[in-house]
Parts: sequence; C-alpha cells; structure tokens
Amino acid sequence: MLIVACVKQVPDTTQVKVDPETGTLIREGVPFIMNPYDTHALEESLRLKDKYGFRVAVISMGPPNAEVTLRKTLALGADEAILLSDRVFGGADTLATSMVLTGAIKKLAEKEELGIVMCGRQTIDGDTAQVGPGIATRLGCSQLTLVDRIEEVDIKAKTIKVRRKLEGRHEVVSAPLPAMIAVLREINSPRYPSVPMRLEAEDTSIVLWDNKVMQMDEATIGLQGSATQVRKIFSPERAKGEILGGEADKPEDSAKLLITRMIEKDLLSL
Amino acid sequence: MTATVTAFIIVLILAIAFFAYSCYQRFGLVLKGKPDNRFNAIGKRLWNMLFYAFGQRRVVKKPFGINHFVLFWAFMILLISNTEFLLNGLAPDTISFSLLPDGAYFTLALIFDIMSLLALIAVVLAIIRRFTFPPPYTEAKSRDAFVILGLVAGLMIAFFGMNACEIAAGTDRAGVWMPVANWVASWLPSGAAGLDTGAQVCWWFHAIILLAFLNYLPYSKHMHVLTSIPNCFFKALEKVKTQPREEFKKGNTFGVGEVENFTWKGLFDSYSCTECGRCSDACPATFTGKPLQPRLFIHDIKMNLLKNADKDGHKELPLIGGEGEGSVKEEVIWECTTCGACMEVCPVFIEHVPRIVDMRRHLVETKAKFPEELLLLFENMEQRSNPWGIAPAERTKWAADLDVKPFEAGKTEYLFYVGCAGALDARNRHTTISLAKIFDKAGISWGTLGRDEMCCGDSLRRLGNEYVFEKMAQANIKMFAEKGVKKIITQCPHCFSTLKNDYRQYGVELEVVHHTEFINQLIREGRLKLKSDTDLGKIIYHDSCYLGRYNGIYEAPRHVIASATGSAPLEMERSRDNGFCCGAGGGRMWMEEKEGSLINVARVEEALKKEPDTVCVACPYCMTMFDDGLKDKEASDKVRVLDLAEIVANALPDE
Repeated sequence: MLIVACVKQVPDTTQVKVDPETGTLIREGVPFIMNPYDTHALEESLRLKDKYGFRVAVISMGPPNAEVTLRKTLALGADEAILLSDRVFGGADTLATSMVLTGAIKKLAEKEELGIVMCGRQTIDGDTAQVGPGIATRLGCSQLTLVDRIEEVDIKAKTIKVRRKLEGRHEVVSAPLPAMIAVLREINSPRYPSVPMRLEAEDTSIVLWDNKVMQMDEATIGLQGSATQVRKIFSPERAKGEILGGEADKPEDSAKLLITRMIEKDLLSL
Repeated sequence: MTATVTAFIIVLILAIAFFAYSCYQRFGLVLKGKPDNRFNAIGKRLWNMLFYAFGQRRVVKKPFGINHFVLFWAFMILLISNTEFLLNGLAPDTISFSLLPDGAYFTLALIFDIMSLLALIAVVLAIIRRFTFPPPYTEAKSRDAFVILGLVAGLMIAFFGMNACEIAAGTDRAGVWMPVANWVASWLPSGAAGLDTGAQVCWWFHAIILLAFLNYLPYSKHMHVLTSIPNCFFKALEKVKTQPREEFKKGNTFGVGEVENFTWKGLFDSYSCTECGRCSDACPATFTGKPLQPRLFIHDIKMNLLKNADKDGHKELPLIGGEGEGSVKEEVIWECTTCGACMEVCPVFIEHVPRIVDMRRHLVETKAKFPEELLLLFENMEQRSNPWGIAPAERTKWAADLDVKPFEAGKTEYLFYVGCAGALDARNRHTTISLAKIFDKAGISWGTLGRDEMCCGDSLRRLGNEYVFEKMAQANIKMFAEKGVKKIITQCPHCFSTLKNDYRQYGVELEVVHHTEFINQLIREGRLKLKSDTDLGKIIYHDSCYLGRYNGIYEAPRHVIASATGSAPLEMERSRDNGFCCGAGGGRMWMEEKEGSLINVARVEEALKKEPDTVCVACPYCMTMFDDGLKDKEASDKVRVLDLAEIVANALPDE
C-alpha cells in the first residue's frame, strides 16, 4: 500500500523581505528549504512505513531546483521522489496546485493501491492550509486535518484512527482509507539523515513528470487554472513597541504594570 | 648437564612459549585496526621515546611520579641483571658476571644491589600510598595492583636472599659490594650447612617469580610495561588538535561503531593505559560527577577488543551502548568537551579525544542518533550556517553604527572573521565592536565578509557531524579563495583553531591569528598605545582550551592584561596547560548538561576563590558560560566578565 507525501520547497521566510517600492518578495540570495510542516508529514509517512510496511512516494510541484529538497526526502528514507515541473504548472494558486498534485496521486494510484496522502498543515510561504483539503476533495477521499497523532492503521479493514487537535480539546476519529491527513508539527520530531542514506540519495535520479507525462487540461492548471490572483504584497505597518517596567523596582511591580496595560488595551479576555 | 639445569630449561621454554603465545594473541588483535602511518620521522620518534618514555617526562610532573621514575629505572637496570640470571641458569659455568674481573663484577654487583633496594622501597611506598593517600581512582587497590607489587617485592626479596645465602656461605666474593645482601647475610649463620640449599631455594623463587611476572604482564594493566615505551615512539608528532578527515564514498564506514574500526594506534593506546587515572583527574566531566571518565573510556575499548576477540565476525559485546565493562554508554560519548586536558596529562600520550569524536561520528553519521537538542543545531548549521538559525542578514547588525568596510582583495590586508557568536550573540557583539575600535586605532587595514560570512563548522566537527562540516569547510575555503583572503583575524578561539588547524587538511594554509595574539603583537610593535592604569579591579584570566591547550597561547593574553592594567592577572588554581574547561567546548555549548553538577559553575567557583573583580576571557563560549555561572552563584553584581578585547578597548587613550 502506498503513502504519497506531498512536500513543497519554500524560500526560508525568516530571510525573505518585501521590497517596499515594488511590493514584491526579495528572493535573491534567499536559500530554499523544505517547508517545515512537510518535514513532519514526511517523518510520519516514514514512521508508518517502518511500522506497517507502506511504500512512501514523495511528490512536489515546483521549479527544477526543487530537486534538492526531493533528494533530501530520499536521504531520509522515501522510496521514490517525483518532481512535477512544467512551465504550464507555474503561477498556480491553491486550487490549481491541488489539481496537479491530485493528478499525480491518481497516476501513482493506477499502479499501486493508495492508502494515505500525507500533507503538512500549511506552507510557511502561502500559509493557506488549503492544498491538503483541496487534494482530499478532488480525490474524493477521507479528509483528516489538524492531526497530532496517528493512533492506528488497520490495513485489512482499510481504516485509520487519528487524533485531531482542536481548540481546547482533542478528537479521536476513524476514517476509511484512502485518506488525506494534514499533520501538525507536534505530531513527531523529524529524523536526521544518515551519511550512507545521503550518499545513496546523491546517486538516485529524481523522476520528472512534466505535462507531457501528466496530460492535464491546461485550463485547469497553472495561472490559467487559478481562481485567485495576487494583486499586491506588502508588509503590514506595525505600531511602534513600548518598553515597560523601567520605573518598577521589583518583578511583582513589573508584572502588575504589564497586566494593567494589557487590560487597558483589551488584550486579555476576562 | 645437571638435573637443575634440565629442569630450568624446561621451565624457561614453557614460560617463554606461553609469553610468546600471549603476545601473539594480544598484539594480533591490534593489527585488526585500520592503518595509520606512525613510522615516519623515525628520528623524531626515537627522540620522543627517549624523552617521554625513558625520561619519564610527564610521569614526574606529579610528585608521586618520582616513585615510578625510580622503579622504572631500577627495572631497566635490573633487566641486565635478570638477563644474566636467566642465561646463567642455562649455562652456570660459562655465563656469569662473576667470571668478569673483580672491578667490573664488583661495580655491577653494587649497582644491582642498590637498584634492587630502590625498587623494593618504591614498591613498599606504592603499597603504603594505596592505603594512605590513594591515587584518584578506586581500582588503585585492585587485586591486579597488589599482585604485581607483590611479585616485584618478592623478586627483590628473593634476589637479596639468594645473594645473602651465597655471601654467608662464602661462595660469592662480591660480599661487601652488595651492602643490602651483605647486611642480610650478617643475620645468617656463616658457613652453616643449609646455606647452599637456601641459595638454591631463593634462586628458584627468583626464577619462578620473574617468569610468572613476565607471563602476568599481558593479562593485566601492567601490559603497559610492554607497550608504553613503543606508544611514546608512536605518539602523534604534533599536538593532537584536530580529527582526521573521512572519505565520503558509498560503502565506507563512518566513524567507529565497532572496535576494529579504530586505527591500530587507537587499539594500541588502550593497551598502553597504565590506569594511573591522571586523565580522569583532569577531566571536567569526571570532576563534575558525570559518567564519563577518560580512563574508563580507554579501558572499555581494551576490554571490548579482548572480550570480542574469539568471536569471529559476530560481536557479542557492542562497543557502544552495551552493559558493563567493555562497552561505552552513549551519554558518556556526548559528555566530552574535547578540552584536551586528558591528553595533556597522559604520561604515555593516549589520544582520548579523537577516539570519542570517532564514536560520535558513528552515532551521528551512521545511526543518525544523538541528543535531541542537537537536531536543531544540525539543521540550523546546514541551512543557515550558524548555530541559532538566525537569518544571515543579521550578521552585520553589530556594525550598524560603525563604519565597517567589506573585505576587498588587494585593498584589505586582514579579514576580520567575526564568527557566529561575535556577530549574532548580543553579549559577544560588544567584543566585536571593541575589536573594531582597536583595529581602527592601530591603523589596521581590515574588512569583513558581512552577511556572506559562514560558520567555520567547529561544533559540527567536534560533535561528529563530519559530513556537514566538510561541506561547510569546503564552502568557506572556496569563498576565501574567490575573495583572495589570506590573512585572517578571529575573535573566537574555535574559529581560530578550526581555520588554522582543521582547514589545513584541505590543503589551504591560511595565516590565522586570534585577537589575543594580534593585540599583543600590536602592543609590542608600538602600534597600539594603551593607558596602563585601567581600573577594573583585580582581574583573573581564564584560559580557553582551544587557545591554550590546543594552540599553546598562554602568555599573549597575560601580557596584554599587564599592558592594559599595569599588573599581571590573578591565576586560578588550574591554569595554562592545566586549565579547566568552561564546559562549552566540543559542541557542549548546544547541549543540556543533565548529569552531575555544572562545569561552568565549578569553574566560576574556582575563580571566585581568588576574589576577582573581573574575569577576563578570550572566547565567546567562555563568556556565556561565565556569565551564566556567575548568575548561578549570585555573584554577577560583584564580578563582571569581560573579553580581553573589551579590556583593551577600555584602555585606549582618549583622542
């Protein structure tokens, strides 16, 4: 049975600044990393592989340089890595992205029974958390979001039981496979690649699927297939901060001062 | 041939055969280790052997080492006597010193008699010591120790008994030339009938103890009698201040997970351990009650080799993570600060730190198994080239209000390699700013790499993440070459030692200088004038391991302090080559200290004993550790920590 882990290569957003003049992201010289949420999705896939014997395929839609990130997934233990890259995929919003990813998953599922599609909760560059659910919708499979623990997988009965972290409570739910699972970062702590695995990954070729392979309708993908367009990017104005407590001698006084101010500003829900 | 001679020949053949078999078996195991060329520079090696083994140079650094010196040399000299003894047993009528002319025979007799007495005294003192002021480890009172001491004492007593009987019987003409034996003889009835038998009995006792001693050696800690002299010959030609590179090729093993993955020298080291305990005595981890004891670590390597000896291919006892003697616990491997204090004191030059790093490499590179707090460090280093994962753009923040120029080939003489702590840590940025002021004042042509600067990779290398270290080292070397960097000033001793010593393995010779030496040079050359009356109260200097022990820089910082304040700094009990680590080296900076008490607090306590007003450090890690330690001791109101550069910046004359 197959797990497809979806990962995205993103710019290291801590290093991205917005050009105030043009309103665009300054990407020059900014290194790319694997979306941190996706590292947990991959880790969870690999843990299920170790426990139940799934095969793990990783897919990523992005420019050719996303190969670096895919290679890293191989070093961590993924069985196969596929890069979905074509000019016509470019400029996609979450809808168009989920179309391409779904297309690739369906293609993989033709050869091998699909068990789980594993996604990170969201990406750190787009922050929409829509692609995972988008895939589930397009695949027509179970949709399990905000998962912070996988309780068990019953391969025979083809069901999965997970714990979802909601506001102030947890919820344990079961669902039939195949299922799309979007994980939180708390779910696990990712492994570190060993050197033999890294060396192995360096020599493995990354499979490239362009639209010749994928055969997607161009109207549904890329810029054309996107339902949304970015009009402007800007850094929100931030009110100037204030340092409190200069006049307070004791920590108790500082604390009092801070709480009073927070109440004044209505920052505490009382 | 008499019956005695025949009996002796049989005993001797059996004894030598068994000894040869033991040696073949034990030393055969050493050859299972990986290759390591320790046969170059023979002249230098012979000198090392002469100086350190025969000269007992390091042994006598501790007061009781004198006792060992005496025993060692008594033994060396008695080796001649004992060789004659064995040969004489084979051919009593043809081989004997007594056949020499009187002068020669009497001189030898006198020397052997005195040496035997010295050896006996040394053994008695060693026994007394074990009951009154024992060496710093519990096994000093082991059965092993007493068996050997007993055998040596028995050997000497038998020697005196044999000679005394012969003197009393009138069969040895060297009587008065053997004062001890002669004194013993004075208690015996002269010319009595049993004396011949007495001499025979003592002779046999002597022979059997001698051969038993020989055969006991390979099976005890006293194997060092056989191995420590060659180990001084095989010692590293330069001070051990780095780790060998690894070749990243498919199919290779990375680090040491099984005992045979050590080099043969690594295994031979374990045979050379005398179990004197000086390494553990000097170790900051041992001192603060952590399970790491360098002496036991080396002992476990030896025991692992021996215990797995007969198991072909199949290792019953794992080198890492097994139970009991002969296996090293994982946490032990992570506790080392790589401060090098153990290697500095080892009388036979065992190389502890590279062995520990070898095992870390196995855990990190092959097993990907390490304390969890290191995961973030490794990711940050690989992704953002600094330990905290701070955005590289922040590297220039310290220079916001200064006129700092970028390094330009041809125009700039020195690259000021600020280092991660110097650029990104709030406290250590003050040191960086002080250095910038000093350089400008002295009219130095300097520049930085700004946000392009990358981490040197020190912590990764010490933590065994050689794969990522190599990538970082290569990236740095490439950048230095592209930018035409040749001369580098560093603020951090870790950057200093890594750029200077580790990068050399990649074929680059950079002229690297640490700010302590650089400032000292500026002062000496008169390029930097200081007010010599800076009042920072009593200053105590703490030696950074990577500056001091690793690179021998002890005097420069002390000179600078004297120049800036008019007086020499206070010294801690443990200073210079005996200095005690702050606790942050070897990647420990990024790890929790879970076992025992805190190393930095122990060091702060030591400093506070001298009641200083200022602790002077020359390393950003030491800065952090002292800052934290003083807070822990609630002494940060009274005692401040300053980097040497800050003290100097304080002493710059006003315009």
